[in-house]
Amino acid sequence: MKTVTETDLHAYVDGAAGEGARGDIEAWLASHPEEAERLRAYAEQNAMLRSLYNPILDEPVPAALLAVQPHAWRRYAVAAAIFAVGIALGWLLRSELVRPQMVPLSLARQAAIAHVVYAPEVRHPVEVAASEEDHLVRWLSKRLGTTLTAPKLSQVGYDLVGGRLLSNAQGPVAQFMYQDARGQRLTLYVSRTRGEPRDTAFRFSQEDRVAVFYWVDGNFGYALSGEMSKDQLLGVADVVYAQLNP
Amino acid sequence: MDRRLIIEHIPRLRRYARALVGDRYVADDLVQDTLERAWNKFYLWRPGSDLRAWLFTIMHNVFVNQARRRRYEIEQPMEDLPTVAVRATQIEQLELRDVDRVMRTLPSEQREVVLLVAVEQLTYNEVSKALDIPIGTVMSRLSRARERMRQVLGGQAVISLKVVK
Repeated sequence: MKTVTETDLHAYVDGAAGEGARGDIEAWLASHPEEAERLRAYAEQNAMLRSLYNPILDEPVPAALLAVQPHAWRRYAVAAAIFAVGIALGWLLRSELVRPQMVPLSLARQAAIAHVVYAPEVRHPVEVAASEEDHLVRWLSKRLGTTLTAPKLSQVGYDLVGGRLLSNAQGPVAQFMYQDARGQRLTLYVSRTRGEPRDTAFRFSQEDRVAVFYWVDGNFGYALSGEMSKDQLLGVADVVYAQLNP
Repeated sequence: MDRRLIIEHIPRLRRYARALVGDRYVADDLVQDTLERAWNKFYLWRPGSDLRAWLFTIMHNVFVNQARRRRYEIEQPMEDLPTVAVRATQIEQLELRDVDRVMRTLPSEQREVVLLVAVEQLTYNEVSKALDIPIGTVMSRLSRARERMRQVLGGQAVISLKVVK
């Protein structure tokens, strides 16, 4: 009988041994019960590792991973967005209706859109739940390249649900979601702004059903959105603003 | 260039990354860094060659570079085992937890080999290419890892006591 090597044995366990080799190895194992026992253990390890890790395949893929793009694409996307904003600005300036709050305005609009997309989600409203708040904040801070904090809103009846990573033309965006006892949801949208750092005052915009309070602080824009009256949202927005601008 | 080519491999990359580093978010960071690198080097991939093996090679390189800075190295067992553990019986669940726990104690170079062989089911040759090590090294790491797992898992009592505590 041929000698059976350690590599042959592993190949046997992993189904990589050829037809002929299998027969030889089985014959050899029949006379080496301890080795046969060892291989049974290895085969069982394979099975356990698969049942342990295979379910990860069925998990929904986080949007952040689907959003990863080649740099060229990103450049085109940014160029297209800047072009579109340029056209819009040009058109609006022509009518002399608009001062350069264009970017904050579109911040409110973007935040409202992100709000209506994710706030109604029942099963996956957030990517990372509030139970992992530390991790959530660290992760989003890293992606946005700044130190974020999730405001504490329990004094006004809202608890953190969690957050997710989104993106816009300026790059990554953080969205924190809050919920009150009745299930009413608010989202805080944090995005980089284009151009020079600057600060703006606290502003309001009604985007269809969504009320939005927003402001720009340095390189970042903040927008708090909720489907509620301006006055109701203002109560919360004041708290958020105060915590982020101590 | 077709985005779907890479996107359809994301679930597998997530599985491997999670099994490798344990923590879900650290693992997704590893996947994200891998995808970014893959996109930027996509022109280096030869159409027709195995894209999955190429992606594992990139992930390995990202992991090794970052592990030096200890960015991905998580020594704790998974806190959120994948959903099968919820469906499994309690005994199976404990056993699976033990398996994950032993995996965490293996040196990462052995863990990589075991995962690529047992879970990703790459051939020994593919593993050798992906990790850029000779096939003899693949076999010796595999052999050591399996034996270590067998010894630890064979001593069920010791581990179970830790679980019960």
